[in-house]
Amino acid sequence: MNARLLPLCATLLICLIAYAACVFQFPAMFSTRVAGNLLTDNAFLGIAAVGMTFVILSGGIDLSVGSVIAFTGVLLAVLITHYGVHPLIAFAIALLITTVFGASMGVIIHYLEVPSFIVTLAGMFLARGMCFVMTTDSIPIDHPFYTALQGLFYRLPGGGRLTFIGCLMVLVFLLGIIVAHFSKFGSYIYAVGGNRTSAELMGVPVARTTIGIYAMSGFLSGLAGIVFSLYTSAGYSLAAVGVELDTIAAVVIGGTLLTGGVGYIAGTFIGVIIQGIIQTYIVFDGTLSSWWTKIVVGVLLFSFIALQRILVFLSLKRATATSGG
Amino acid sequence: MIRLNTAALTKAMPQLLSLMLILFLNYLAFPGFFEIRLQDGRLFGSLIDVFNRGAPVIILAIGMTAVIASRGVDLSVGAVMAVAGALAATMTVAGYPLPVVILAALGAGLACGLWNGILVAYFDLQPIVATLILMVAGRGIAQLITEGSIVTFTEPGLIFFGTGSFAGVPMPILIAASLLAVAIAVVRRTALGLLIESIGINRSASSYAGLNSKLLLLVIYGFCGLCASLAGIIIAADIRGADANNAGLWLELDAILAVVVGGTSLFGGRFSILMSALGAVIIQAMNTGILLSGFPPEYNLILKALVIIVILLAQSFSSLGGWAFLKGEFRSKGTKRQ
Amino acid sequence: MTDKPGLLVVEGISKSFVGFKALDGVDFTVRPGEIHALLGENGAGKSTLIKVLTGVHQPDAGVIKIDGQPVVMRDTQHAQYLGIGTVYQEVNLLPNMSVADNLFIGRQPMRFGFVNRKRMEQQARDLLAQYDLHLDVSSDLSRYSVAVQQIVAIARAVDMSGRVLVLDEPTASLDRHETEVLFAILRQLRARGFGIVFITHFLDQVYEICDRVTVLRNGKLAGSALIAELPKIELVTLMLGRTLAVATHKPRHDRPIPAERQFSFKGLGRSRSIAPFDLDIGQGEVIGMAGLLGSGRTETAKILFGIDAADAGHIRIDGNPVLIRTPRDAVACGFGLCPEDRKSDGIIGDLSVRENICLALQAQKGWFNRLSSREQTGLADTFVKALDIRTTDIEKPVKFLSGGNQQKVILARWLATNPRFLILDEPTRGIDVGAHAEIIALINRLCDDGMALLVISSEIEEIVAYSTRVIVLRDRAHRGEISGDDITTSNIMQMIAAESEGAPA
Repeated sequence: MNARLLPLCATLLICLIAYAACVFQFPAMFSTRVAGNLLTDNAFLGIAAVGMTFVILSGGIDLSVGSVIAFTGVLLAVLITHYGVHPLIAFAIALLITTVFGASMGVIIHYLEVPSFIVTLAGMFLARGMCFVMTTDSIPIDHPFYTALQGLFYRLPGGGRLTFIGCLMVLVFLLGIIVAHFSKFGSYIYAVGGNRTSAELMGVPVARTTIGIYAMSGFLSGLAGIVFSLYTSAGYSLAAVGVELDTIAAVVIGGTLLTGGVGYIAGTFIGVIIQGIIQTYIVFDGTLSSWWTKIVVGVLLFSFIALQRILVFLSLKRATATSGG
Repeated sequence: MIRLNTAALTKAMPQLLSLMLILFLNYLAFPGFFEIRLQDGRLFGSLIDVFNRGAPVIILAIGMTAVIASRGVDLSVGAVMAVAGALAATMTVAGYPLPVVILAALGAGLACGLWNGILVAYFDLQPIVATLILMVAGRGIAQLITEGSIVTFTEPGLIFFGTGSFAGVPMPILIAASLLAVAIAVVRRTALGLLIESIGINRSASSYAGLNSKLLLLVIYGFCGLCASLAGIIIAADIRGADANNAGLWLELDAILAVVVGGTSLFGGRFSILMSALGAVIIQAMNTGILLSGFPPEYNLILKALVIIVILLAQSFSSLGGWAFLKGEFRSKGTKRQ
Repeated sequence: MTDKPGLLVVEGISKSFVGFKALDGVDFTVRPGEIHALLGENGAGKSTLIKVLTGVHQPDAGVIKIDGQPVVMRDTQHAQYLGIGTVYQEVNLLPNMSVADNLFIGRQPMRFGFVNRKRMEQQARDLLAQYDLHLDVSSDLSRYSVAVQQIVAIARAVDMSGRVLVLDEPTASLDRHETEVLFAILRQLRARGFGIVFITHFLDQVYEICDRVTVLRNGKLAGSALIAELPKIELVTLMLGRTLAVATHKPRHDRPIPAERQFSFKGLGRSRSIAPFDLDIGQGEVIGMAGLLGSGRTETAKILFGIDAADAGHIRIDGNPVLIRTPRDAVACGFGLCPEDRKSDGIIGDLSVRENICLALQAQKGWFNRLSSREQTGLADTFVKALDIRTTDIEKPVKFLSGGNQQKVILARWLATNPRFLILDEPTRGIDVGAHAEIIALINRLCDDGMALLVISSEIEEIVAYSTRVIVLRDRAHRGEISGDDITTSNIMQMIAAESEGAPA
């Protein structure tokens, strides 16, 4: 078996064991209700994590995700509640702005040859700052279209609800998998993450790819913002603080190498679900505080990074055994 | 390393000029900006405030400079601040004596830093990756310590670190200045400056030359953690409580920004602790300026973003000329002249 | 000479970088169905010419013609499109992607707007079958050896451009057998009418496979001729512009054998790196270490210096057992090592000449025992003078110095620690002839002063010139030792070449 699949399998195994352990303690967790809620509650996180996976696969990082989600939420609230814009038009405007925003970060990263974390850090400040400039209050969104979208769900046997936003997340993941493995753009992303210089010499349009990756991450963050706004029915400039860390954690737990070039979108989905399971467990338990999530996620992060480190070490050892100067 | 000669001064010109410009703008926005008065044996005034509020970031920037010079970055300092603050507050409330509290908080920071250092030096993890772990888990640990609530305290000894003063100078300024002086002295009097720059520029070659680069990295990250805990104690003392969620939030980014503003490259190598401290002061002067001119403090974020972009543009333009030259020359393996 | 019309013709190409002329009016013609060696010392302009040919650099003057049509290469892709494929020195592929991806990235077969993986993999298998390479094309490239990666790179370049193939030192990291496989492929491509530009340092390979040779020197064309008409000695003369400096040195193997050998390494080895070996060396001795690339030379040096841990064995210095687990331990024992890869393991590019020279001594003295500025300057000045390091200023970043001077800075770094045993790994690689002779003279001088030296080199004549003993390596093992008057080029060559009979076919 390909050693690259090992982290993915480990993730899947951990996910199943965690879920089984939860079900063992709280049999009620084994229900379509919980499953449906897992999708709904983590929809925005999942959608943003797809974008983050692409960014990390290319060897970069995007710290602006959380701020962009908050920005989108506030923008939608302002447009819909204050200016009476129809949500669909507001969605289009928000997606346009976030995509251009992401693309501009990509332009700076590529052409100024600066580390992505410092550029997206500026992006994070900028997006969060723009939220505050628009408003510092929490603005509720009360629009029939929102109510309609929120009421859209498919009732699963057992009472679970497959909501619109939950389905949207699954759809985004499916599209992400197709882009990653069955499109030229996807192969370019892996190429840039594997070795930028080689990719360039092999004719990969590095500039276009880099800008495209960050534009896509911006777009997906915007989409996550829309989902978040549907989920909370409000826009608040202090929302989604630290979501970038949750998404990075989901990507890493999903088996993607933070150095780029290696990983799977499907793994990220499992990474998101693992985080969701931990939160659900804490809710079911009732006595544990939510900060346990952070600690468990931190421990998982460490375990996966250590696992990857060992795998890289082993493959290096094999490489020096076969070549060497 | 710093050498106070004209060359160093010329190099610091952009930073000094921008600081002067910001201070001048602050003066325009608030004519009383430069007024300093002595009240209850303590200095007051907007300028003092810049340094007082800037002290935690100055302290963070001192540690961060060493880390960045070694071609690393420490994303966990904000979370470490929260841990140290939480520990200090909780132990004070539990009635431990002040020295024990301070030592425990500093020890926690040191331990966090050493953890990062072990991951970076001995496990060869990328610094961003290694410190990300604690950045995520650190706040959880802080909340574990405070048990999820905001712990407030009234112990005057601890509060003194945040709001007290000595010979009229507020404690945070005093602590930051002492740490700065010690750090600069250490860099100048020992070989650490050279050795840190050396591993930052080329770790492999440094190891070949017999440097103990692993131990040095461990010490650097440990020191950075120590600085973070010191900053965490000051902030907790200042607000007389520990807020695990918000203490030090985003300050890692301010610290990195301060170092970058101070002119240390994110790719390691040449560094100046004094310049990083200057960078931290510049950032705080901007913050204060925004407050004084009546804008909502949230504008700070936009301003910081703009500062980052301007610096990146300036750096790439100033280095582009040099870069184009170097690239052309070295790619052709030029032995241009003997 | 124009027996066939040129496939790729370069006329009067010039290219300058700030302050120095890399190419000066160079002409170069590649004909279809020939393998054309491009030779020259480092800095002669080979790399620049290749970069002009492949569209990385734009020439300042001159024309490039393909099939008689003048062309302008905009970038690497455009050069590829025009028919010039390149395989770079360090194989430039994507180890994290599958073999098929590597062959077809950017031009994958599509179906309904999606990449048709099945078809891509079939095409990849067909393509590699032409090179007699049958492997799982869906596996990651990193699973395969450098030789396989090289063939994949060639297959890709040939498939994409199909006219001219530029190979930049393709055999540098291949063993004998792998080189044979590569040559078979090159012969096959030559028969198909390709024009192949072959850049190498191995003159034997030039005579083995090339039809024609062009030599550059100092950015100018030094000469171009059919290989069959050019004796080796004339080729070397073309490259160096004068007779080999080392040839005039009086061989040193009549040097007295030291009474005792202070440094004794017994049974040191490391699995999959170097077979256990014994080595004794005394002060006032130069041991030359000869062998092909990959024969275990650098691995030996790394074990001796504590960079790689030995699996077994023990070390005695002056009869006392010591442990060397890190370079620090080695330095403490009075060792020094000038590494093979100067840029990544030697110089600290952004630090000044002064700081680079002081580094090892400072590391030895410890963190808190700083060399004062005066001591540093004194040390640097002394060595800049003693080794004739050519720099305008000891505060100049070392990356701005030429290769030879960088090498001297690293030597100075070790000499400053006053070592007893110095290991030099390829000390003369990639430096110009003048500095070359100076470093050889320095090796002799250090030996006369009573230092123990171990010098690894690919240049046999050079080893003959300074060694008191020669150890020959082959297939990751120490195979034999020659001393005294037996140290001759031909003896060493024979021991190295013994491999070709014993090697697995």
